[in-house]
Amino acid sequence: MAVLDQNLNQAALTQLAQREHYTFFGLTLPYLVLVGAMIIIPIGWLFFLSFIGRDGSFSFENYERMINSKAYIRIFLTTFKISILTTFFCALLGYPLAYFMSQISRKWANICMIGVLIPFWTSLLVRTYAWLVLLQKKGLVNSVAVDLGLISEPIKFVHNTSGTLIGMVHIMLPFLILPLYANMRAIDPHCVKAASSLGATPTRAFWTVFFPLSIPGLLAGLLIVFVLCLGFYVTPAVLGGGKVIMAAMKISSNIELYFSWGAASALGVVLLVVTMLILFIASKLVSLDQFGQRS
Amino acid sequence: MADSSLNISINDVTKTYGDFHALKDVSLEVTSGEFLTLLGPSGSGKTTLLMVLAGFTSPDYGSVKFGDEEVILKPPHLRGIGMVFQNYALFPHMNVAENVGYPQKLRGVSKEDTRESVDNALATVKLDGLGHRRVDELSGGQRQRVALARAIVFQPKILLMDEPLSALDKKLREEMQIELRQLHDSLNMTTVYVTHDQKEALTMSDRIAVINDGQLMQLGTPNEIYRRPNNAFIADFIGESSSLPATVKNGIASIGSAKLKGAQKLEKDGNFLLVIRPEKLFIATKKSRDANHFEGVVEDSIFQGESQLMVIKLDPQNYGEQSLRLRLPNGSAQDDELPGIGEKVTLGLKVADSYFVEAANGGA
Repeated sequence: MAVLDQNLNQAALTQLAQREHYTFFGLTLPYLVLVGAMIIIPIGWLFFLSFIGRDGSFSFENYERMINSKAYIRIFLTTFKISILTTFFCALLGYPLAYFMSQISRKWANICMIGVLIPFWTSLLVRTYAWLVLLQKKGLVNSVAVDLGLISEPIKFVHNTSGTLIGMVHIMLPFLILPLYANMRAIDPHCVKAASSLGATPTRAFWTVFFPLSIPGLLAGLLIVFVLCLGFYVTPAVLGGGKVIMAAMKISSNIELYFSWGAASALGVVLLVVTMLILFIASKLVSLDQFGQRS
Repeated sequence: MADSSLNISINDVTKTYGDFHALKDVSLEVTSGEFLTLLGPSGSGKTTLLMVLAGFTSPDYGSVKFGDEEVILKPPHLRGIGMVFQNYALFPHMNVAENVGYPQKLRGVSKEDTRESVDNALATVKLDGLGHRRVDELSGGQRQRVALARAIVFQPKILLMDEPLSALDKKLREEMQIELRQLHDSLNMTTVYVTHDQKEALTMSDRIAVINDGQLMQLGTPNEIYRRPNNAFIADFIGESSSLPATVKNGIASIGSAKLKGAQKLEKDGNFLLVIRPEKLFIATKKSRDANHFEGVVEDSIFQGESQLMVIKLDPQNYGEQSLRLRLPNGSAQDDELPGIGEKVTLGLKVADSYFVEAANGGA
């Protein structure tokens, strides 16, 4: 009788487990459909288009153009230069702020966090045009500086690399600070205390203990910023004033001006491949969970 | 080993956070080579005092001397102390050997010497050959040992420990208590140990400083603290105890109509508590002159392995609503000789074990 009951239960329990599986699958289904229809299929189509030449036949001309044309090479160089510089300045500005926020009480850190997040919640376009207003020749920054006699002539902030950088750093900063701050908060403050009790000066304790432990958060932030920069469109388009041409802008002009879907697709594919390559290398360099956050 | 340790003089150390007195005029001498435990409930100020010694907390005023040297203004990294933290605070990005070698690296010790001292320290804590392990591969007890090795590798003269065993399970904790004690005896560093576990303090210490509400309540050997608590708080906090409110008049203590004989001379009149350790009570078959006696009824009898715990409800006419706990070692008496629940018993407490403390306001 007992054996019979057990068998009975086993069947029922298996059924229950299966039903649970189906439930969870059902919950993910809408997303899977969305990803399939909106991402996988278009990307496949994009990939296909990039191998179609102007005459409509299969060809590599879209890729050959990228290698042979100086304009394209310059665009790639600009894209990487702007992305690297933006990432660098984000780290330079963001790391000290995140460190400061991680060392003060949670209450004050939350207030600081609001300061970081308010711009983050404001429309990207609004912020970009605000920078344009501030930085242009007759803008607030220049006119105040001239009136105060700090400079004799307005400085050209916008429609060049510096304007693009200022705008992009401002917009990207939260993406660096958020993961970095989360990581720093999780660092056991006793570790730094232990280091100084063992004889480390505050500077030494920072560089030998705190900084290495913050690297996963820093890398995560750098990666997000860099990858976002590679495909960034609005801010460089507005603040660069057509003089700073990044890959995303070239894609747009290929389609809007030249109606060349093939060329645009090829550029998109290259951008995607480069991004994936960077993510792959980064994941090899440091597995982000390499350091347990608490001993 | 003569100069391998330093004495610590703490004088009038006071620390306030707003209106809260974390430490009130604490003065304490830790003699060279001593194992002293700061014992108190959480929030008592014991950890604050340890942090003052380590240099992480600056007191409002007061003096801390290591040997003859005033250190109150010295930053932690110049104090030359070894410290073990409650959660070990091992560096997760370093392996065991790098963790233990860290203080040596800071001190510019050569690679060979560092390796030798690291090996020695790991051997001292019985972790030989685990130097290459990652910290997250270790068990709690092993991490504890690494933290200890790291704190002693540079042979500091003072070792501070902040509840180092509190994260371990009971069995391991009790093993480590004895091991830490033996380690202290062989290294001979002046050790200040913080715990809220009174049994741990009794097991390990040369002397115990009981701290409550930021004040030093009593300083003494474990034996003194256990047998002769200064006040009701310590009597209750250290060890198991029951207490009976008693009044003292003209040097004679009494509960209701019954007079009690006490171990100490009572010079003050007022409300006192008779502190009764459960293991000092016995079931009296006949009354004797060298003991106090209490009549009651067995209310509960609980088998606890090595001992039998009995709760005796005292005769309400004489004592009011009071009960006493009595602990009898198992095996000494035949089980069937033990009184059953509901049976009347007479309890005895030797006069030498009858110790009074002044009742706190309102009694206990």
